[in-house]
Amino acid sequence: MTTLNGILIRQLRRELLLAYRRRGDALTPLLFFIIVITLFPLGISPEKVLLQQFGAGALWIAALLASMLSLQRLFTTDHGNGVLEQLLVTPCPLSFLLATKLMAHWLSSGLPLVFLSPLLAEPFGLEWSTYPALVAGLLLGTPVLLIIGAISAALTVGLRGGGLLLTLLTLPLYVPVLIFGTGAVMAVSRGMSAAPHLSLLGAMCLVSLTFGPWLTALALKISLD
Amino acid sequence: MIEFLNMGGYGAYVWSAYGIGFVVLLANVRSARAYYRKQLARAIARRQDSNT
Amino acid sequence: MRIWLPLQRLVSARYFFEFSSRILPWLGWVTLLILLTGLGWGLFYAPTDYQQGESYRIIFIHVPSAWMSMFAYMVMAGCSAIFLIWRIRIMDLFATSTAPIGASFTLIALATGSLWGRPMWGTYWVWDARLTSELILLFLYFGVMALRAAIDEPRRQGRAVALLTLLGVVNIPVIHFSVEWWNTLHQPASITKAAAPSIHLSMLIPLLLMALGFTLLYLYMALQRTQGAIIEQEIDSTWLQERLSNNTIETEGGTGK
Repeated sequence: MTTLNGILIRQLRRELLLAYRRRGDALTPLLFFIIVITLFPLGISPEKVLLQQFGAGALWIAALLASMLSLQRLFTTDHGNGVLEQLLVTPCPLSFLLATKLMAHWLSSGLPLVFLSPLLAEPFGLEWSTYPALVAGLLLGTPVLLIIGAISAALTVGLRGGGLLLTLLTLPLYVPVLIFGTGAVMAVSRGMSAAPHLSLLGAMCLVSLTFGPWLTALALKISLD
Repeated sequence: MIEFLNMGGYGAYVWSAYGIGFVVLLANVRSARAYYRKQLARAIARRQDSNT
Repeated sequence: MRIWLPLQRLVSARYFFEFSSRILPWLGWVTLLILLTGLGWGLFYAPTDYQQGESYRIIFIHVPSAWMSMFAYMVMAGCSAIFLIWRIRIMDLFATSTAPIGASFTLIALATGSLWGRPMWGTYWVWDARLTSELILLFLYFGVMALRAAIDEPRRQGRAVALLTLLGVVNIPVIHFSVEWWNTLHQPASITKAAAPSIHLSMLIPLLLMALGFTLLYLYMALQRTQGAIIEQEIDSTWLQERLSNNTIETEGGTGK
């Protein structure tokens, strides 16, 4: 089991097992997602016409906040018990190891959120025809959110007040994902095609998948140097 | 003169825009110089410490 | 890696310090002169706009600050890249000095923009593409400054902030594009912004003068701050202590505004 693939598979299994053992941690962002969404009709209006208008935006903002909330546990435990230092000295490239870590994180927090979104779109009265755009947008957008967040999380690892700082660094960079994500749903509900929005999201997803793990590794090396 | 200050009825906007710009930039120049002087004073104090 | 010798000297803290001490007083006076000329020209001599009346005169401060807000970020990103690749420390110091100045220009651009918007659009704030991306730029500046403030170790600080700055600069075009896209989808029809009309020379000259003045003012403030940062870092180095004992450092530090 000393081949690169072997190491990566073992690492992925370890991360997934950890996520499974700490189910509560993975569940918190999901509950947060649901609660935030509940607040929108209470805070703005329960009228169906209005709900339909801001529903997509509310879902996306909640998804964005939930994925940001989940970032804090990305590195903190591993930093606390010294696993990060171990990863740094592993002969295997750090970016590969981090890629598996990010994948496991997305599987345990991003993907459930994507699955949950159609259920939560229903109370907002979003039309069924918009669901594919919503789900596809989240499917392409949540990895981008995770990777942008992972780089910021790596930069702030071990800092006092790191959580709040992470918010400040990450949120402005989330703007394009939010715009294209809601744009896709809005386009469908106005009878247009969601393809331009989704292709832009797809492009962002590909770029962040390509450079993300490498940049996260760079940031982590800087932080733990 | 009054007419100039009045700016065709837009005086309040024009002058507060310039006022904000002036105050912010002046504060910047001041703080840049204050920082420089503070560090200089520290360095001079350090030199006198090491001499005595 | 062979670098051109004068350039190599300039990037050493000592020569950078000498160089900026020499040019700072001149730079200060030239900046003041250009700013006053531009201001006088813009406020007194430039003709009244036939559409916007006198309110357009805000342009002479709004547009140069908006330009500077982006220019400063670009400079900061350039310095960060050089610092990350070649580990030239002076670049980190210069980038650090740039951040608060760039944030101030962004703030001025936002404030003057909304003061201009009030008579033109009837409201202080419109979710206009440019204002919105300017606001996000301000958040990016705050992020950079906050990260620097949160890290104590100097080794980590410079490189972490440089990486964040570069992450920001890669995202700026994407953010700008996305905000513009969003704006065309949501823009209410009542607020239509005319496509930038060709500006008359009598207005363009003071505008360019103000832009030049702001650039020089930025350089002046950034150099002054960088000098302070050099002293802070090099406080025990022999060259600095020698200069202090020769009393050749100008204690006044430049001219006033």
